[in-house]
Amino acid sequence: MKLRLLLAIIAASFGATTAWVVAGDALPPGLSTRPDRAMIDSGRVLATLGNCNVCHTAEGGATFAGGRPLATPFGTLYSTNITPDPATGIGRWSVEDFRRAMREGVAPDGRQLYPAFPYDHFARVDLRDIDAIYAYLMTRETVRASPPPNALRPPFGTRPLIAAWKLMYFHPEPIVADPSQSTEWNRGRYLVEGLAHCGACHSPRNAMGAEQSNRGLAGGDSEGWHAPPLDETSVAPNRWTADSLVIYLRSGFDEQHGASRGPMAPVTRNLANVPEADVRAIAIYIASLAGRSTTGPALAATREQLAATDVAPGHAQGALLYEGACASCHDRTLSGVQLEKSTAVTDVVPTNIIRVITDGLSPIDGEPSRSMPGFRGTFTAEQTAALVRYIRARYSRASPWPDVEVEVNKVRGERPPRSAS
Amino acid sequence: MITLNVNGRDYAIDADPTTPLLYVLRDDLRLNGAKFGCGLGQCGACTVIVDGETAYSCITPIAALAGRRIRTVEGLGTVERPSPLQQAFIDEQAAQCGYCIAGMIMRAQALLDRNPQPTDEEIRTHMQAGLCRCGTHMRILRAVRRAVGKPGSEAKA
Amino acid sequence: MKNAIPPRQVSRREFLGACAGVVVGFSLSSRAWAQAPEAAAPLPGSLRQTPFIDSWIRIAPDGTITVFTGKVELGQGIKTALIQVAAEELVVPPARIALVTADTARTPNEGYTAGSQSMSNSATAVMNAAAQAREIIADLAATKFGVAVESLKLGDGNVRAADGRSATYAELVAEQSLHVTAKPTSRLRDPKTRSVIGKPLQRVDIPAKVTGGVAYVHDLRLPGMLHARVLRPPTYRASVRSLAAAGVEKMPGVVKVVRNGSFIAVVAEREYQSVRALEELTRVTTWDTQPLGSAADLYGQLVSLPHDDYVIRDTPGGASAWTLEASYRRPYQMHGAIGPSCAVAQFQDGSVTVWTHSQGVYPLRGALVEMLRMPPERVRCIHMEGSGCYGHNGADDAAADAALIAVALPGRPVRVQWTREQEHAFEPYGSAMLGTVRAALNAQGSITDWQYEVWSGTHAARPGGSAGNLLPAWYLQEPFTLPVPQPIPQPEGGGDRNAIPLYSIPGLRVVHHFVPQMPLRVSALRSLGAYANVFAIESFMDELALKANADPVAFRMRHLRDGRAQDVLRLAADQFRWEQYTPRAGRGRGIAFARYKNLGAYAAVALEVKVDRESGRIEVLRAVCAVDAGDAVNLDGIRNQMEGGIIQSLSWTMYESVTYGPEGITSRDWNSYPILRFAGLPRTLEVHVLERPGTPFLGTGEAAQGPTAAALANALAHATGARIRELPITHQRVAAALAD
Repeated sequence: MKLRLLLAIIAASFGATTAWVVAGDALPPGLSTRPDRAMIDSGRVLATLGNCNVCHTAEGGATFAGGRPLATPFGTLYSTNITPDPATGIGRWSVEDFRRAMREGVAPDGRQLYPAFPYDHFARVDLRDIDAIYAYLMTRETVRASPPPNALRPPFGTRPLIAAWKLMYFHPEPIVADPSQSTEWNRGRYLVEGLAHCGACHSPRNAMGAEQSNRGLAGGDSEGWHAPPLDETSVAPNRWTADSLVIYLRSGFDEQHGASRGPMAPVTRNLANVPEADVRAIAIYIASLAGRSTTGPALAATREQLAATDVAPGHAQGALLYEGACASCHDRTLSGVQLEKSTAVTDVVPTNIIRVITDGLSPIDGEPSRSMPGFRGTFTAEQTAALVRYIRARYSRASPWPDVEVEVNKVRGERPPRSAS
Repeated sequence: MITLNVNGRDYAIDADPTTPLLYVLRDDLRLNGAKFGCGLGQCGACTVIVDGETAYSCITPIAALAGRRIRTVEGLGTVERPSPLQQAFIDEQAAQCGYCIAGMIMRAQALLDRNPQPTDEEIRTHMQAGLCRCGTHMRILRAVRRAVGKPGSEAKA
Repeated sequence: MKNAIPPRQVSRREFLGACAGVVVGFSLSSRAWAQAPEAAAPLPGSLRQTPFIDSWIRIAPDGTITVFTGKVELGQGIKTALIQVAAEELVVPPARIALVTADTARTPNEGYTAGSQSMSNSATAVMNAAAQAREIIADLAATKFGVAVESLKLGDGNVRAADGRSATYAELVAEQSLHVTAKPTSRLRDPKTRSVIGKPLQRVDIPAKVTGGVAYVHDLRLPGMLHARVLRPPTYRASVRSLAAAGVEKMPGVVKVVRNGSFIAVVAEREYQSVRALEELTRVTTWDTQPLGSAADLYGQLVSLPHDDYVIRDTPGGASAWTLEASYRRPYQMHGAIGPSCAVAQFQDGSVTVWTHSQGVYPLRGALVEMLRMPPERVRCIHMEGSGCYGHNGADDAAADAALIAVALPGRPVRVQWTREQEHAFEPYGSAMLGTVRAALNAQGSITDWQYEVWSGTHAARPGGSAGNLLPAWYLQEPFTLPVPQPIPQPEGGGDRNAIPLYSIPGLRVVHHFVPQMPLRVSALRSLGAYANVFAIESFMDELALKANADPVAFRMRHLRDGRAQDVLRLAADQFRWEQYTPRAGRGRGIAFARYKNLGAYAAVALEVKVDRESGRIEVLRAVCAVDAGDAVNLDGIRNQMEGGIIQSLSWTMYESVTYGPEGITSRDWNSYPILRFAGLPRTLEVHVLERPGTPFLGTGEAAQGPTAAALANALAHATGARIRELPITHQRVAAALAD
């Protein structure tokens, strides 16, 4: 879709032309004293766990200077500049202002903040951690840059509506430690439900865009990708364990599960840069939920299925295409994940596998990574659908996805700016 | 037996249907443009255009190509009559070893077919999937600019 | 772009100094002759080894002019430059020249196309041979027409007398052979009247490359040709434990599984069949391997390995204390040729012919002769282009693979194609290196003493006539072992290339710690030790300049005595607008200079960068380069090489290091060894060529590598205050250095 391309270009050119740096080591106006080193370091880790840099950095733009488009069902929002620039960033914010924004979703001037900024999660973060993040952000380099104006469809642009939304859906409750669980598990829950805001992607939302609190982590959508369930409805054919989650979260790939894709890719890159203990805590918590899943293993392909050499009827074309384009990496040389292990194959929707096949997984500039070429040009829409149906039938016991071709056409209708094929 | 349409002509190919197009182009049709750089879809030296989209011929099985239009660099022009894009590459001397160049040309051609007046940023972003080890990138960008009639150049000399 | 500074007149002393080791019979005016008496003077360039004129120039009865060179096209434009040189001296349009590159049956032996010496070796020989051929032809015509030589006009393959009589070169040469020994000096065309050298000429090889013509050995197709893939072991030290070849031999199209000890290859009728067969062969073969060793503390390991010490400069100084000391590190880095190595070989009637992109067909032939146990006259190596190799990559090994397989399948041509993973894992790398600099400044801020020690593995493990330098030979039933390498002596050097700074420093001591046995396979990578040594020296010069409170350009100028060096540095600084630069937060500028090998081309690179503190990402905003390549034959070729060298060096400097562990090399493809792509390019890149007509040719292929690396580190330091001395300067390293 041209719109995404246009948005990305606006964001990129925004980053390149309007950002310039105000020199000097002077403290920003909102900060009364220079925070101590330990607090800044703690804030750095917490901000990384919270993935602030992902949303608040445009492609090609300065870190934290905002301008990244976020497509929502209500239109497109652009992230704000959270560098300590007094004019265009948060330089004038006091620590109380910052706490209020993070935990209540209200800006210093009283405006309501759009809940795309996940303050429903940040409301659960301890004040001490909020203050550390504040200390960190306020000691970053200032960048003068203003994001493009938000493009929300009326009436969603009006801020008073948000107050109403909050009345209905924003009921933050602090996380109370569960004494029957370990310290690590509790820390994991604190991070997952709070700062790491996993549910912002991995939880289903209602029509007004609020997370369904009784189905936390039961799977959701983000930027055109499906964020699979992390609770006991997990569809992972091999149950997640804490160990495999640690590997996956820190490296972006696990042999028993596959690669992190789409919006999850930058998250795993961030998690490579925080203390392993924090990642382990997250892993222990999630594994306590997803690791109980019976759904996933029930969807896993049987050994007989995988050993069978005859192809299920109606999948001859898909099987042939798979053999020619996929088998070399995914079966014979194993530089790609074995598909019977991949969540993309057992997931409730074919969105992720279609996206990966069509546009690949792009390499990260200058870093070793697991990437995969895209097959947009290799296959027609019909061939992509045949391949996807075949993979589902051969590499899982799950029932066939309905409307595969519709989803294929939808994905192919969008063209990412950076081609992977 | 599969019939492939390459540069406007039909060819009957007797090969295993899972054979990647690259080997058929080079060994059966004796077309040199698409090159083996990695066989993994990582470098773009094998890039061709299929139905208007770039495709890595090293990972495209011929089974997927019946009835589709395949274009290679040989289909754009010849030494005697190069296409405007090929001429632009010659004029800018946009090659050192030249191994990546046919793939780069096809990649650029696919962009120009879709968007005859791309911005510099669009060109640079679109070309990202192509690898060049000699460092000819600036000239490649200049050649694409030249082909769309842009004045001046990215790299001054 | 023509630079604004008129070329300096090079003084005789400078000129002779520049020719150290290479005596060339040049002159600056049209009829002057060199200083040495003819009888004792050596012949110019490669004529010294191959003195007959017709080894270089032949004129056929039909008028075709063929020029033979022992050098090869690597994508550096040498074919075009040689054609220009020959066309100029023979007074014919370049299109009239056919060029034959290295072939052991047809061309002179000029060793390797390496070390940026093609211009000084081959172009010099071709230029002089062509000039002398022209003189012979003119003399023949003068005799034939009974007129004075000076009255004749030469052009387009004809000699014309004043009264209109004419004869073609072919007609004249038919009467007398060019099979005469060259003279030490030649009557070269006056640089002021040149029409081809120094004038634009488009590369002769590009049109085919952009239209799908045959251009590479990869494109060679011979009747009945078979396709082979070699099975390489998981790691260097390995032998086959079990091989179930029978199943593979039954696969579609498979002709044979060749086995000689642990050298195993599969041969098939069609290429894809060989690809599938290799996958299966890999699956069914088991190996006994020895672990490779860990990459942890790479540099600690490097300096503790056994080494031989060479003091290559020792002029005592007087400092009692060092002002500054720093160590610089460079990991293993790879050539990473975009086209994995390939070769075609055929064994017929007791003789082997190999088509190869080796940089040196004669030394390769020597090594094949030893490996195959055949006499030299039965082994022929013919060069066909590969993708850019940037030094000693898998080309020679692929040739050896093809020869071995061809001998096992007499009569049929065999094409061997390396896979991407094989090229990444088995090519010889650029050696890991560590350089430590110490210097003392006096009160005036000048360097009085300088000490440099560099540890490095070999940069020279080319075939050189030894089968032990060929990878497949290690795995044969009767294996050959890797010979103990010898260091390349100064003034060229290997790990110590450019280890001696060009700066004028009273007390100077330079030591090369040569490590003969390295854990990974290493050999020549573009610029050899110069990349790391110039990175160290030029980074350190900036660190010293900071200590002396001096501008980096002024500090260098103060210590340079070589006028051409000063000119190049000044040109780069001026074009960069160094003096007018105003600092902005997050941005910085850096400059670096080197004369390649202290003998070759002069290059200065200046960069402006923008640094994002949080991510550590460096964006190069501007790259400005000035280069003095001596007599510039093809200006655009020079610019192309410098642009390419700068971009490749930026990739090495910001992205690249080979990864490995006990299981073997883990940098196996472009995902695991990422290199710079379009997104990482400088926004602008300029190359300014300082022309010096009539001076010796200086090759530019390797001149940019070292200066670019140091310029980047210097710009980063200027932008952020962070001095990074370990390569590559990744964004993670930068972010870590900047984390407050």
